[in-house]
Amino acid sequence: MTRYFTDEHEWIDVDGSSATVGITDYAQGQLGDIVFVETPEAGKSLSKGGDAAVVESVKAASDVYAPVSGTVTEGNPALADDPALVNSDPEGKGWFFKLTLSDPTELDGLMDTDAYKAFVAGL
Amino acid sequence: MRYLPLTDTDRHSMLATIGAKSIDDLFVDVPAEARLSGPIAGLPNHASEMAVERHFSNLARKNMAASHHPFFLGAGAYKHHVPATVDHIIQRGEFLTAYTPYQPEIAQGTLQMLFEFQTQVARLFGCDVANASMYDGSTACWEAISMAGRVTKRKKAVLSSGLHPHYVSVAKTMAHFTGDALDAALPTLEAATDADRLLAAIDDETSCVVVQYPDILGRIADLSDVAAKAHAHGALLIAVVTEPVALGAIRAPGEMGADIVVGEGQSIGVGLQFGGPYVGLFACKEKFVRQMPGRLCGETVDATGKRGFVLTLSTREQHIRREKATSNICTNAGLCALAFSVHMTLLGERGLRDLATLNHANAVRAAERLSAVPGVTLLNDSFFNEFTLKLSKPARPVVHALAAQGILGGVSLGRLFPEASELENGLVIAVTETVTEDDIEALAAALKEALA
Amino acid sequence: MTINQSGWRPEMGANADSDVATYTGNRALMLEEALIFEIGTTDTTGVDLAPAPKVASRLGGLERHTPLGLPGLSEPETVRHYTRLSRQNYAIDLGLFPLGSCTMKHNPRLNEKVARMAGFADVHPLQPQETVQGALAVIQELAVWLIELTGMYGVAMAPKAGAHGELCGILCIKAALEARGEDRPVILVPESAHGTNPATAAFAGFRVENIPATAEGRVDLAALKARLGPDVAGVMITNPNTCGLFERDMKAISDAVHAAGGYVYCDGANFNAIVGRVRPGDLGIDAMHINLHKTFSTPHGGGGPGSGPVVLSEALAPFGPIPFVSLMKDGTYKLVEEESTGELHPQTFGRMAAFHGQMGMFTRALSYILSHGADGLRQVAEDAVLNANYILRSLEDVLEAPFAASGPCMHEALFSDNGLAEGFSTLDIAKGLIDEGFHPMTVYFPLVVHGAMLVEPTETESKATLDQFIGALRSVARRARQGDEALKSAPHFAPRHRLDETLAARKPVLVWKEAELAQAAE
Repeated sequence: MTRYFTDEHEWIDVDGSSATVGITDYAQGQLGDIVFVETPEAGKSLSKGGDAAVVESVKAASDVYAPVSGTVTEGNPALADDPALVNSDPEGKGWFFKLTLSDPTELDGLMDTDAYKAFVAGL
Repeated sequence: MRYLPLTDTDRHSMLATIGAKSIDDLFVDVPAEARLSGPIAGLPNHASEMAVERHFSNLARKNMAASHHPFFLGAGAYKHHVPATVDHIIQRGEFLTAYTPYQPEIAQGTLQMLFEFQTQVARLFGCDVANASMYDGSTACWEAISMAGRVTKRKKAVLSSGLHPHYVSVAKTMAHFTGDALDAALPTLEAATDADRLLAAIDDETSCVVVQYPDILGRIADLSDVAAKAHAHGALLIAVVTEPVALGAIRAPGEMGADIVVGEGQSIGVGLQFGGPYVGLFACKEKFVRQMPGRLCGETVDATGKRGFVLTLSTREQHIRREKATSNICTNAGLCALAFSVHMTLLGERGLRDLATLNHANAVRAAERLSAVPGVTLLNDSFFNEFTLKLSKPARPVVHALAAQGILGGVSLGRLFPEASELENGLVIAVTETVTEDDIEALAAALKEALA
Repeated sequence: MTINQSGWRPEMGANADSDVATYTGNRALMLEEALIFEIGTTDTTGVDLAPAPKVASRLGGLERHTPLGLPGLSEPETVRHYTRLSRQNYAIDLGLFPLGSCTMKHNPRLNEKVARMAGFADVHPLQPQETVQGALAVIQELAVWLIELTGMYGVAMAPKAGAHGELCGILCIKAALEARGEDRPVILVPESAHGTNPATAAFAGFRVENIPATAEGRVDLAALKARLGPDVAGVMITNPNTCGLFERDMKAISDAVHAAGGYVYCDGANFNAIVGRVRPGDLGIDAMHINLHKTFSTPHGGGGPGSGPVVLSEALAPFGPIPFVSLMKDGTYKLVEEESTGELHPQTFGRMAAFHGQMGMFTRALSYILSHGADGLRQVAEDAVLNANYILRSLEDVLEAPFAASGPCMHEALFSDNGLAEGFSTLDIAKGLIDEGFHPMTVYFPLVVHGAMLVEPTETESKATLDQFIGALRSVARRARQGDEALKSAPHFAPRHRLDETLAARKPVLVWKEAELAQAAE
């Protein structure tokens, strides 16, 4: 399994043709207390860079973009009752959705862990 | 000028602090050609309080005030007695001159009142939740249709022909620009509502069915069948209540399956005011709360654990979500919501029930008396405090003839549906607790003369 | 002698201790108040009604048999409940309320008096028109003032609030484009705009695109020009803008938009700064809403009701909504409704509310306008701008004013959170001001400035009040720069400490429930 990052602060774990997406620890820190997450429904087709989910804090709503194109297989059901998971475990239990990749070559432009670390350090 | 505290001495010293020579220096960014050199010509200069009051008194005298005449108008705005307490409370400066409660620590008065208002509206309508109010009933109605579109992801609304024609017009205006389809029709002068038409029109493309209860002709019909059919097709039922006092006597729409209930709250606590400001009521099932428009007040605790209230779920709203907001609305009808809430608190359930009983009894007596006038037939089998009379001639000129005799005698269907000549003999009569037996006799006598 | 038989001997007490707990939770004049659902019962009522005559029910078999659960209170309890609640509110009647962009000015009580005259307050919207000529005259008189003050062609009085006015203006633009047979799907909005602008455009079915601001806080004219084209329906511009600056290039913006076939919508939220000194009609505006509760002093009422008449150019006026008032040749006033639109207003986009506007706000606004007159209104703008500049120049050494070098501000002064100690924010300054007895300024708006603080004093504040406010804000700002920890937990003296907004949003409790029901819902 390989983890990639986008410059919009999404992470994506890829395992063959399936992948899991969430937002980074840096992103949750910037947002503050998360109060609501709207995840996409299974079957929805996403295109790279398009709106995929919404994450809300008390005074801000942010769109989460699809790191790659694909078809959603599952939204994280735990976030409906406990959106705080995004704060406590953003890169684990606080994942947003899973999808099947339609074009694995889209991963080529994404960052690896070190590159993302350097990217955040430069912000 | 009595509203301006600065003296010329103040102005000079403040200009000096700023480092400006004259007030004109502060307007340098206005292009020279757009600057006005003095007061706009042709407009009067300032006036004393006495002179302004006199001007308004003169204009006010040119109107027939409802309380000074036998009065029977309804059709979306109703004359009820408003207790003196209501007007006293809404004139307290702490309510009157406060802003939207964005700083909750110093706005608990408004916030707690809104929380109470939301609970009152939700209970009155038989719904789980309600918002902090909207502009009026007609705009709340469009907001509900718009919300049903977001919930169902469909764009076809079926409107009952008993929906207030102005509410239909507002929906048509908006639907024209948003591309929503509206299935609307004119009412017919019959005792039965158009429930059959609605049942036939609902299909898998329908986002919602909109039914007024009681309807524009005063008729009351059970909403359960329409609700069941709508739900079977994945559509929502929106009920519209323009006379909330009715719900002191008849079943709440939420109880009959309505998913969203909207209404005009003017009847309770808010005067006629020639059409506004009024207060839009908006309630729905809890599962739709994130698709609701408008402000919401919620309960929470402060840093020491004391209960308090805040505006919440603001991310639905325009000031955060901008073009992705659930609505462009950024206000509610705060002071009218307060008036509604104070009046409802004074009434309580017992008072509301008694008020509704009195309204209905007065209306039944009036319906019996008026339908005995030659040339008059009562349309309704069922009604609350408003019913429709079929006259032997067009109602519009009759209304003017009544007015000439000092009687404000109902709303003609010709005024409400100017394009429908088949409705022109209809006259909608509202009878509230303010109507006396003498008023009814006066109307009966004048109607008899006008129809002779 | 008889030595003090009553035993009454005043003492000052040893230590003044503010942390003493009370049995009630009250603190003298700061009174806690329960919810009506906790103190009322469904069997209590504060009204006396005549007994209803006995009749056979005609309710169609829909009589309600289940309780609604609406508690009542007697009249004295009702008065006390709401009076206690009222005392937990800050208000313009209590002190300076410097919310930027909101124009919290004094609300004259004459306005309230005239609005309550029976001839206006007790008139039904569907009365025969011959019985409401005085009320129609008020609407017309206000309409004429609004047209004259803005230099525009016409005015739509129907909109029920500022955002409703925006919608009205945008629908006029859409209808005008339809009449021209053009499909222009895009509305341009500056980054600094009120959130309602993009929300309104989207609500009316337009796609919204942002245009950037220059470093000095004004619309980037070059960027705007570059974006104009056959797909752009128009722009929505706030002038004076939300940074408190006059858009110097307004006429050039209008000319460019018109040349490209678009229309110019102006958000008139800040008209208070220029009333009587500048007429938007001279700047090429096609539509502008006027918040009567801002410029013309109708009460804000804890969040409405508002009123938002829209002045229109000759190009857009034919498309304005119905109903409206028209002065006929015989000197009578006519309400133009659906039936007469064919002859009098054939291109109207239709009706946007059930009746004909916020009459109760029209009387109040006209009362204010007539009190001030043409000379007084000009003085209003001058004093509003003077007061704002006085605040800007009195604070710019303790709070960063990002556009202070851009010239004088208009009616409001903008500051940022730059220079505060680590961990201190605009929010802390706002809460500190609460303890000083002032309502905070608008915070975190406009979005183009980090930690924005937008201060609008209005013209109805005295120099003494401004000086006290400046002193208080200087003190709070210094504490935030020095990292005074006590500021992080402010307010200390309000009816409530900081409220947990995260809890409210995560587990929304929007209605009161009996304790057992509330627990079952957990």
